[in-house]
Amino acid sequence: MQRTAITAAAAAHLIPDGASVMFGGFMAVGTPERLVDALVARGARGLTIIGNDTARPGVGVGKLIDAGCVARCIVSHIGTNPVTQKKMIAGDLQVDLVPQGTLAERIRAGGAGLGGILTPTGVGTAVEEGKTVIEVAGRRFLLETPLTADFAILHAHEADYSFNLTYRLTAMNFNPVIALAARVVIAEPGEIVPVGVIPPDAVRTPGILVNHLVERPR
Amino acid sequence: MSMDAKEIIARRVALELRDNTLVNLGIGLPTLVARYIPEGISVAFQSENGIIGFGAPPPGGMEDPNLTDAGGGFISALPGAAAFDSAMSFALIRGGHLDMTVLGGLQVDGRGHLANWMVPGRLVPGMGGAMDLVAGARRVVVAMQHAARGESKIVPVLTLPATAARPVTLVVTDLAVIEPTPEGLVLRERAPGVAVAAILAATAASLIVPDGVPEMALAG
Repeated sequence: MQRTAITAAAAAHLIPDGASVMFGGFMAVGTPERLVDALVARGARGLTIIGNDTARPGVGVGKLIDAGCVARCIVSHIGTNPVTQKKMIAGDLQVDLVPQGTLAERIRAGGAGLGGILTPTGVGTAVEEGKTVIEVAGRRFLLETPLTADFAILHAHEADYSFNLTYRLTAMNFNPVIALAARVVIAEPGEIVPVGVIPPDAVRTPGILVNHLVERPR
Repeated sequence: MSMDAKEIIARRVALELRDNTLVNLGIGLPTLVARYIPEGISVAFQSENGIIGFGAPPPGGMEDPNLTDAGGGFISALPGAAAFDSAMSFALIRGGHLDMTVLGGLQVDGRGHLANWMVPGRLVPGMGGAMDLVAGARRVVVAMQHAARGESKIVPVLTLPATAARPVTLVVTDLAVIEPTPEGLVLRERAPGVAVAAILAATAASLIVPDGVPEMALAG
């Protein structure tokens, strides 16, 4: 199946104001920076972003926070971004904190067609508030609901012409997980290679999950 | 001999490392523990952003932007390293595959409960992976200074939001090693040159003091 890549700017125009967007990256490592830049350039507004953390000002999705593109973020950590904290305290940004492993599994559940997950994480803490507690074999678990989004923006190491993706080292993080959980998946690879260069065993995200590939800078 | 508080804590925690185990070190003070691994002990370190078997940063100019620790700092990959996604990383943590985690703390209370993710109204960094680590790691060691701004961080009951309902395994401070038990906090060891009376005076929670509290040994 022959497919074509689009520019980062064209990809950013697919994502309307107010959309929910899952992003790959951990402290911006594994975040698709060119897509983020294009969203800032487009002047996106009112986004809900879902991912691990809001990185630092000027880096990764920190650039979306700086530019006022984001209305709400669902993340596990904001401690490294004082702008996120300032906007949250000022009431300009809604922040929903989710334990990191729970976030990964809620997204996985959303992408895998599951009705939720049972986790011991957060039992007996503020995270438990408002949630159903289910006892299994004498242990208490929180029922955590699945998460899905309108879009997922991924950073990959390589993509082939069929949009199969590979990742590198710690730039993998949430990328393969979010690839299943959004209606439209946009991947920004470091390299685009002919079909056959990536052995089937090395494919981490099957190309069938990827709707759009961002072309290499020319 | 002059050692600062953090060095005492890191060198004592290092003695908790066991051979052939998987260990996760939290950001900040806990990362210092890696400097004092006792001779003959082989541990694999996990970083929750997706790697087992990482090492010290490579020489300047050889950093890989795709190879970082949970704080975003550059690391190296040692022979035998493995990389994986966030769902796998937390399955390792929650599923009982992680032998030990070392975490910083804001407070530990008389039942061994840890608070380390927020100070309401003042500091809201978020829990990151801390709640999963305390819920899932086989042993949870807290590495923290005994007091902050002159106030004991070991308190009768947490005044800050708890990280987990599960008590931690061991608390190592610059003054003492304290073990939470069903009967209460037991004073196991005292820091070099520190008297039991000084520890009791610096601790807001009550401590069970066995006969003869030995001075702590330090790695390295």
